[in-house]
Amino acid sequence: MSPAGNRPGNDGVNADVAVVGAGPAGLAAAVAAAEAGAAVAVVDAGSQPGGQFWRHRPETIVPEPDGRGHHGWRTYVDLRSRFDAARAAGRITYLPGLQVWMAQNYDGGFTLRTTPTVAGVPPRDNGSSVARTVVAPRLVLCPGGYDRQLPVPGWELPGAMAAGGIQAFIKGNAALPGKRFVIAGTGPFLLPVAAGVAEAGGQVLAVLESSSGSAWLPHLRAAAGVPGKALEGAEYASIFARHRIPYRQRSIVTEVLGTNHVTGVRTAKVDSVGRVRPGTERIYQGVDVVGFGWGFTPQMELPLSLGAETRLDADGSLVGVVDEHQQSSVRGLYLAGEVTGVGGASLAVLEGLAAGTAAARGRALSSSKTMWRHRKFAQAMHKAHPIPPSWQEWLTPDTAVCRCEEVTAGQIADARDLLDARDARSLKSFTRAGMGWCQGRVCGFATACLGEGTGNQGAAPSVGSLAGSAKRPLAAPVAIGELTALAEPAETNLQTKKN
Amino acid sequence: MNAHHNASPPSSAEDAVTLTVDGRVLTAAPGQSVGAALATNGITAWRSTRKNGRPRGLFCGIGVCFDCLVEVDDVPNQRACLVEACDGMQIIGTYPQNERGQA
Ligand SMILES: Cc1cc2nc3c(=O)[nH]c(=O)nc-3n(C[C@H](O)[C@H](O)[C@H](O)COP(=O)(O)OP(=O)(O)OC[C@H]3O[C@@H](n4cnc5c(N)ncnc54)[C@H](O)[C@@H]3O)c2cc1C
Ligand code: FES
Ligand code: FES
Repeated sequence: MSPAGNRPGNDGVNADVAVVGAGPAGLAAAVAAAEAGAAVAVVDAGSQPGGQFWRHRPETIVPEPDGRGHHGWRTYVDLRSRFDAARAAGRITYLPGLQVWMAQNYDGGFTLRTTPTVAGVPPRDNGSSVARTVVAPRLVLCPGGYDRQLPVPGWELPGAMAAGGIQAFIKGNAALPGKRFVIAGTGPFLLPVAAGVAEAGGQVLAVLESSSGSAWLPHLRAAAGVPGKALEGAEYASIFARHRIPYRQRSIVTEVLGTNHVTGVRTAKVDSVGRVRPGTERIYQGVDVVGFGWGFTPQMELPLSLGAETRLDADGSLVGVVDEHQQSSVRGLYLAGEVTGVGGASLAVLEGLAAGTAAARGRALSSSKTMWRHRKFAQAMHKAHPIPPSWQEWLTPDTAVCRCEEVTAGQIADARDLLDARDARSLKSFTRAGMGWCQGRVCGFATACLGEGTGNQGAAPSVGSLAGSAKRPLAAPVAIGELTALAEPAETNLQTKKN
Repeated sequence: MNAHHNASPPSSAEDAVTLTVDGRVLTAAPGQSVGAALATNGITAWRSTRKNGRPRGLFCGIGVCFDCLVEVDDVPNQRACLVEACDGMQIIGTYPQNERGQA
């Protein structure tokens, strides 16, 4: 085994195009690149294709999923059959169950270091539990994102979950994590989560949306450009009606109640900037799961570690800058899906197809009208469902902001006001917020907001603060052995497999 | 590392898998994650935080938050939301059993 350098030894895989992620964007990129004639290697942390959006039960148990509870399943089935065909033809090397923990560039290409997602358990579908190194002159990163969180008193109690985590639980396990649910936050994504719970037999006591429907009024043109979204909306409306799910706008959870587990939530109405309206408080008892979703945070550590230029998107997320072929500021590095702006699975597929084609040096796909309309829709969605500017007022000094290191809002405010720690990195060194197991993935956005604010007023975080928090030395925890194997200097020889 | 990991998957969806959690025997549907096996059996907290000893279980559900860490067959710090529950697995948590379920 030759773990060091860029020469993949027995454990290595050479390709023309490497793809990270097998969600909507990654699947599309891999298929497009392979069909354009490239030798493709796909690394995905999951044990089977689908990513977050098309997550389904293990195919070893349910070999032919019927797509119930899914959207765009026909697109998935089409991409998947092309993916499987390219694998069978030897054009795609699929490496499931492996996480990329480090990506490096050198002239002419990229090296991906991987580690098994689950130690000691070989993934199925001929995956391997052995770390593999992937080397390719072009790289398409499609790592997706995760639910963005705002802290609120009590959110660290068991039973409080990410809204997407509830959805993932249902899709992956065909079961529910509890019985009586409240779903809260902002954005259209709260609707499929509540619908998913109800259709799986759970009771949804309420969906609390901090924004209001009227926030969409200035954006109706953009919404009309993507008629499919209106149809989806109508579908959710009928599910909500059938299950009598109350949808309360301009409402938030102000406190999660319980001692060792969620037992209820305290809620309130808010004004247009998110200030609690006195006298509107109400308590829901007998809640065992509360799901929070405040949009999504793209997984930016790999693009950042390779030096890709970033910007703030309309939702305040740090995203990668790309040209019309999805190429980043780094030559040969393409980005697709949530990392170029949170915009949903349909857009992720279009971006993946464009990126994969360009990375394979296929005939460039001209940036389609459909893609443009989806982007407009996504921007409108972000503007209609903003993070309420006054959310910091919901915190008490002892509210946990960093769940991993149990750092409170009071400790962060002190570091900011007394030590002038304003960006996420300084706050991390003074308070340990962001230093835990998740490396600030969960608390990074909130910490950055708190650092920019004054008193109990927050502010939107800057590119610098978000980038500081998302720059992680390792994209996934790895064993010491894998780190020490890097001690040898990287070589720059690159043998691209031609077939 | 353990033979049962390589056992062939159950032939039908009816074959439940049996696992042991802190000595208690649970069954789960085949293909479920360890986290789902615990949660569907009413166990929603299995990790104690280092600083304040507070209970934790599933949060992000997709391997991002590390709240759900648990020991699986002698391998510590595994994400329960990602590990597939297999027959005979030994799961050990760090949150004391007797406090469980009392809100
Ligand atoms: C938990 C969750 C549930 C969601 N459910 C829904 C839903 O029900 N409906 C809806 O409309 N939208 C949903 N979304 C949003 C939806 O997932 C996205 O719009 C869409 O999946 C984006 O596609 P993508 O290809 O960019 O990313 P993803 O689908 O997230 O795919 C990214 C893939 O990359 C892999 N990956 C990431 N980092 C690495 C790494 N370092 N090494 C190896 N592999 C890596 C991940 O494991 C994943 O398989 C959900 C999001 C989340 C986070
Ligand atoms: S929540 Fe702060 S490091 Fe994980
Ligand atoms: S629930 Fe977040 S890592 Fe498992």
